[in-house]
Amino acid sequence: MAFKTDYARVHGSGAAGEGSHHWWSQRITAIALIPLTLLFIFPFGRALGGGHDAFVATYSNLWHALVAVLFMIAAFAHLHQGLQVVIEDYVSGKAARTAALLANTLLCWAFGVAGVLSVATVLFSG
Amino acid sequence: MVQFSLPKNSQMRTGKTWPKPESGGKLRKFQIYRWNPDDGKNPQVDTYFVDLDDCGPMVLDALIYIKTKIDPTLTFRRSCREGICGSCAMNIDGQNHLACIFGMDEVKGDVKIYPLPHMPVVKDLVPDLTHFYAQHASIKPWLETTSNTPAKEWKQSIEDREKLDGLYECVMCACCSTSCPSYWWNGDRYLGPAALLHAYRWIIDSRDEATGERLDDLHDPFKLYRCHTIMNCTQTCPKGLNPAKAIAEIKKQMIERVL
Repeated sequence: MAFKTDYARVHGSGAAGEGSHHWWSQRITAIALIPLTLLFIFPFGRALGGGHDAFVATYSNLWHALVAVLFMIAAFAHLHQGLQVVIEDYVSGKAARTAALLANTLLCWAFGVAGVLSVATVLFSG
Repeated sequence: MVQFSLPKNSQMRTGKTWPKPESGGKLRKFQIYRWNPDDGKNPQVDTYFVDLDDCGPMVLDALIYIKTKIDPTLTFRRSCREGICGSCAMNIDGQNHLACIFGMDEVKGDVKIYPLPHMPVVKDLVPDLTHFYAQHASIKPWLETTSNTPAKEWKQSIEDREKLDGLYECVMCACCSTSCPSYWWNGDRYLGPAALLHAYRWIIDSRDEATGERLDDLHDPFKLYRCHTIMNCTQTCPKGLNPAKAIAEIKKQMIERVL
C-alpha cells in the first residue's frame, strides 16, 4: 500500500510536453490521404487485373510511382499514429503497453519502407 | 484499462422488492442500485414503488420519498435541489443527470437509477469523487498573476467576460467525466472533460497571466489528448455546457502557439 495524496497521484510525473505534434500530424496525414488514396487506388486497381507486367508498366511511370510512395508514407505514418492512440487507450500495464507500442513502430516502419523500396525498385529497374 | 465484464465482486444480483405504499395514489416503479460496504455482499438492484400523488415531479423527489417513507437506509447525496450544487449526479435511465432537475416524466417505463459509471462506490448511489476533485485542483482553478495586484480590481472588458459564458456555470457534478469512455479507461491519467473545461475557463480568462504555464501543464498525451471527441460529455451535461468544445479550443491553442 502506497501512502500518496490524491493530488500527488494526479500530478504524477507532470506533463510530458508531448502530444500536440502527434495530434496535428495525424490530422495532416488524414487530410493528405483523401486525394492520395483516390489517386493511388485507381491505377493500382487497374494493374491488379493485369498481373506482374501491368504493375511494372504502371509503376515505371514516375507520376504513378510518386503517388504510390507518397500514399504509403502518409498511410503508414497515419496507421502508426492511429494505432498508437488505440494502444494507449486500451492496453494497460507497463510491459504490455511498451511492447505493443514498440511492435507498432517497428512494423509500421518495416512495411512502409518495404513498400517504398518496392516501388523504387520497379521505377528504377523496370 | 478496458473492462468488458464486471469483476466477480461487482456482479449485480436482483435485490429486495419493497412493499407498495398503501396511500392509494398512482404508483411508479423504481429500480435502484444498492451496495453496502459493510455487509460483504455483491451489489443488488432493489425495487420500490412511489406514490406519484404524494411526491414531487423530479427523480430526487422520488428518492427522498423512498428514503423518508420506505427505506431510510437508501444512501445518496443531495443538497440544493435546484441544479446548482451538483451533489445529486447519478445515472438515471442510462444517462447521467442531476436527479433534482430531471423529471420522472422524462423516463419511459421503470426508473432505473445507478451511481455515476466507473467510479468507486462509497455506498448505494454515492460515488467516490476524491480523484475527480484532485484533478480539478491540479489545473489550478484560480486567477494566476505576476503583475502587482491593482489597488481596486483586475479589470475585464464586457467582451472578454462574455468568453467565460458556458464555462463558469459548471457545478462539478462529474456527469460529463463519468460518461466519457476515455475517462473510464484512463481516468487515472486523463484529466477528463470537467477538469479540462475548468482549465479552459482559466486559459481564456483575459485577466490570467499564466496561460503559457497552463498550456504547458496540459501538454501531455494522457492529461489532454485522451479526448477523442466522443461527445458523451456534451450530450449528458445537465447544465447544457459543451466540454468537448472547450477541449477542442485547448487543442487549437496548443497548435496556434507552434504555428
